[in-house]
Amino acid sequence: MKIKFGIVVFPGANCDHDAYYATKKVLGYDAEFLWHKEPDLKGSNAILLPGGFSYGDYLRTGAIARFSPIMDEVIKFANSGGIVIGICNGFQILLETGLLPGIMQKNINLKFICKDVYLRVENKNTLFTKLVDKNVIKIPIAHGEGNYYADEKTLSELEKNNQVVFRYSDSKGDVTPESNPNGSLNNIAGIINKEGNVLGMMPHPERACDTALSRTDGALIFKSIAESIYK
Amino acid sequence: MFKATVIVKRRPTILDPQGKAVEQGARLLGFNNVKNTRIGKYIEFFIDTDDREVAEKELKEYSEKLLSNPIMEDFEYHLEQVNQKN
Repeated sequence: MKIKFGIVVFPGANCDHDAYYATKKVLGYDAEFLWHKEPDLKGSNAILLPGGFSYGDYLRTGAIARFSPIMDEVIKFANSGGIVIGICNGFQILLETGLLPGIMQKNINLKFICKDVYLRVENKNTLFTKLVDKNVIKIPIAHGEGNYYADEKTLSELEKNNQVVFRYSDSKGDVTPESNPNGSLNNIAGIINKEGNVLGMMPHPERACDTALSRTDGALIFKSIAESIYK
Repeated sequence: MFKATVIVKRRPTILDPQGKAVEQGARLLGFNNVKNTRIGKYIEFFIDTDDREVAEKELKEYSEKLLSNPIMEDFEYHLEQVNQKN
């Protein structure tokens, strides 16, 4: 089956071209930009909500983008089992849609953080991580509001169902308070929905695909998605 | 002890890009009667004195010097004596 990533372009998105470059130019999959005002997924078999600052992050991150015309189609696609990955602002938009639970608060140190982080891969049995062949991956983060919060009940559900896919850790995979860059509860960096077809993550895998950038762990996630579509 | 609430608003003549963006969201939801959405700030704090005059003076200075920018914003406030911080 042909693999086509549909990359949604919101006003204020700024990682859409990075995502296009990573999936199409580096990894060789088909990719197409999807303008947020056109409710048409154009035959994509994976939807990527990119990072950035949709609608200027006004009101709350992702709050307005969530009601962009294309989002009804994305939600339908997700509810019928389609693969959706939200990266950074894309994750925040998924939280606003309710496809994933919880919210993002401002980073606990009140700073915008842009740096490489280590992630312990907690669940390799997902559509997004099946080809990840190591326990710790290195991927950059770049956000001001990535401090994941959910109420106790939601959090224990996430943990019980193995929905926490990535956790901030040190290079050895130890999950410590020091390796938590933003104050996220349980060092959460990425979660999946119960059904397993929607992933939200704050780190940017699209910025870790090209060997020229000396980090390639992000490619494992896109390769896993492609592998999942083949099957 | 006084409890203060301050609302900071952009002057009506000053463009509010945030309000405009949020109003686009209203249109996306089909709220076509919604007009002129403008976003301000709501701030609350306590002032640890029992002298209303002192409290009011501090509140005003705080609002003028820090909480608002007098070039483009106005503020309204409410000051209420309370027994203790809650």
